[in-house]
Amino acid sequence: MRLTLADLKRGERGIIKDFSAENIPLKLLEMGCLPGNEVQMLQMAPFRDPMYLNINGSHLAIRKEIALLIEIDLIS
Amino acid sequence: MAKQINVALIGNPNTGKTSVFNQLTGLNQKVGNYPGITVEKKEGICKLPRGLKAHILDLPGTYSLNASSLDENVVIELLLNKSDKDYPDVAVVVSDVENLKRNLLLFTQIKDLGIPTILVINMADRMERKGISLDVDLLEERLKTKVTLVSARKNTGIDELKKAIINYRHISDEPCVNASIIAPEYFDRLRKAFPKQSLYKLWLVITQDVNFGNINRNEISSSDLFDTKSHTELKQLQHKETILRYQFINGVLKETMKVDASSAKDLRSRLDRVLTHKIWGYAIFFGILLLIFQAIYSWSSYPMDLIDETFAFLSEWTKTTLPAGAFTNLIAEGIIPGLGGIVIFIPQIAFLFFFISILEETGYMSRVVFLMDRIMRKFGLSGKSVVPLVSGTACAIPAVMATRNIESWKERLITILVVPFTTCSARLPVYLIIIALVIPDRAFWGFNLQGLTLMLLYLLGFGVAIGSAWILNAILNIKNRSHFVIEMPNYKMPMGKNIAINVVEKTKSFVFGAGKIILAISIILWVLASYGPGDNFNKAEEIVTSEYSQNTQISEVELEEEIASFKLRNSYIGIMGRGIEPVVAPLGYDWKIGIAIISSFAAREVFVGTLATIYSVGSDEEETIKNRMAAEINPILGGPLFTFASGVSLLLFYAFAMQCMSTLAIVKRETNTWKWPVLQLVVMTLFAYFVALVAFQLLK
Repeated sequence: MRLTLADLKRGERGIIKDFSAENIPLKLLEMGCLPGNEVQMLQMAPFRDPMYLNINGSHLAIRKEIALLIEIDLIS
Repeated sequence: MAKQINVALIGNPNTGKTSVFNQLTGLNQKVGNYPGITVEKKEGICKLPRGLKAHILDLPGTYSLNASSLDENVVIELLLNKSDKDYPDVAVVVSDVENLKRNLLLFTQIKDLGIPTILVINMADRMERKGISLDVDLLEERLKTKVTLVSARKNTGIDELKKAIINYRHISDEPCVNASIIAPEYFDRLRKAFPKQSLYKLWLVITQDVNFGNINRNEISSSDLFDTKSHTELKQLQHKETILRYQFINGVLKETMKVDASSAKDLRSRLDRVLTHKIWGYAIFFGILLLIFQAIYSWSSYPMDLIDETFAFLSEWTKTTLPAGAFTNLIAEGIIPGLGGIVIFIPQIAFLFFFISILEETGYMSRVVFLMDRIMRKFGLSGKSVVPLVSGTACAIPAVMATRNIESWKERLITILVVPFTTCSARLPVYLIIIALVIPDRAFWGFNLQGLTLMLLYLLGFGVAIGSAWILNAILNIKNRSHFVIEMPNYKMPMGKNIAINVVEKTKSFVFGAGKIILAISIILWVLASYGPGDNFNKAEEIVTSEYSQNTQISEVELEEEIASFKLRNSYIGIMGRGIEPVVAPLGYDWKIGIAIISSFAAREVFVGTLATIYSVGSDEEETIKNRMAAEINPILGGPLFTFASGVSLLLFYAFAMQCMSTLAIVKRETNTWKWPVLQLVVMTLFAYFVALVAFQLLK
């Protein structure tokens, strides 16, 4: 099953898989959202949008529409 | 004496760059604008040992040299233009020890431009608490530069940084990442086409639209020595570059930095759990807003009363002390009341800026963005619109500029268009004086009624801003993707020095900016009110005296007042005012308010000063502005002019009308067309007139 950042529950971690960077803002990559890096879901606003994540040590909030584009492997 | 060393302070947002700047320069700084654009330019002088001096330029915060906003463009344009007078001899990159990995991305880019670059690792005092240890010597070796550990908060490491700045000539300008390996063939061709230029500079010029000395983008793309890559290909290369830089950084940090997570005490996650909570988060946010507005109202009332009385006294004192004549009158009736009209707002504006800078400094503002994004999007806005909307309560001008970090053009445009509805500090004077006149000073459920009214007006401003955003969202047909990304900085105790400097700077620029306009307008008004055409004005005394000659009841004082008011009615301003009276009468105003409204189109805060000038021309008594207004009689309906109905009508008019030339100018600059500011002016003012009309007719 295809798992994305948006599927993480609060406190869960994952590793970013390769993704097509076409629709991802460059700024997000510059903040450390790159394949192989670890992410953790910290908080979610109501309706799970936006999401507050720790990506590679950077604390960021992004909208669900972008989170849906980033595939991950869950760390259990 | 040696020449000043040019230092550019660069860094990611939230790294405490401004704190470092404040520590280096103290109060020895000035804030201006970059020529032609409205990006704030902060510079200062830093005294170094051995009698040397450094000119420090605090550049806007940026995450990388790939600009996505006007503010970030400033950084790149400066770093690419060797002939700029501010081109740095040495760059100081400020980083935050907790986000070192991300901060180093920018560092490596600047280093690759061949500029000597000092790395400042700020917030070093937090290392122990976070379980971080660093091998600084090895880090210096790997990054080929000087690294200084600094705590701007504790004021440590600043002397070491100053020493590093003096010795900047010893810092290697060798790059640490060879970006050309992302596309060797392409970079090879670049090198051949422009052998004299730095490769990395060329690459930056190609990937973004910036001015670059003698070579501009078009020259490069028109050069047929190589074909320029497509936008998508360039973007892919930028991705590759980013990955390459992170590989380098990860390698370096693996060797030099150890994080012992077990010793880290995480206050952040505990605070976040409450402050971004689905229910508590919102409750706390509204609680904070309520507290701020109550505080602004009740705390500042004491200094404001004092200022009001002082100016009334000054005016009276001038009149009795200086020799009588036109010049004394100008000072006592024109200039002093006009100045009083601006000085009186200093307490409130200072409090407002004080609270806003605390919200920003602590990192709380980002949590509000996070909480509000989803809700704001329903109205076509972004979570990031909250910051402009909140800072719009200080002034719409910085608020319009604060929209620059909103990624989607549509969301940004809507934010710009609705921001002037928020209650800016220039409206405060008008609100305060009218509230004091028409709303009883009583407690209601423990809250002061006047304070509640003020809060209601603020909410109304927000409400209308959001409502009109919703309408604009439905009307405007602009399609674009949002790339919403926001950093959630760690919580920090606000630094007193930063807040103090911010409050002083902002208040100063408000007072001097608005002060000039107000002073000029009050002098013009005084002249127009003190002189008039024809016999009605010049022979006022005879006309009034003969009119009342049969009436023996009238006292000397009353007769004087009659003459003064007759003169005012027949002065230039009286004639103009009575000309427009039919337009404002349905709203419950007399011609004096009409004049005040017209002069308010220069800037709203002129309102009180205008009335102060007009009224003091008409009276000799030592009175405060408020008492004079309370005594005014409605010329048509009789009874007091300022009733509940006319007061509410006036409050609503000021709440909605677009009466600020500076805001219109800024909107024009930020949207690049007159279309949007003209739309704001017409729609907002018509709406204000309509609402005020309905309110007065219903309430009277």
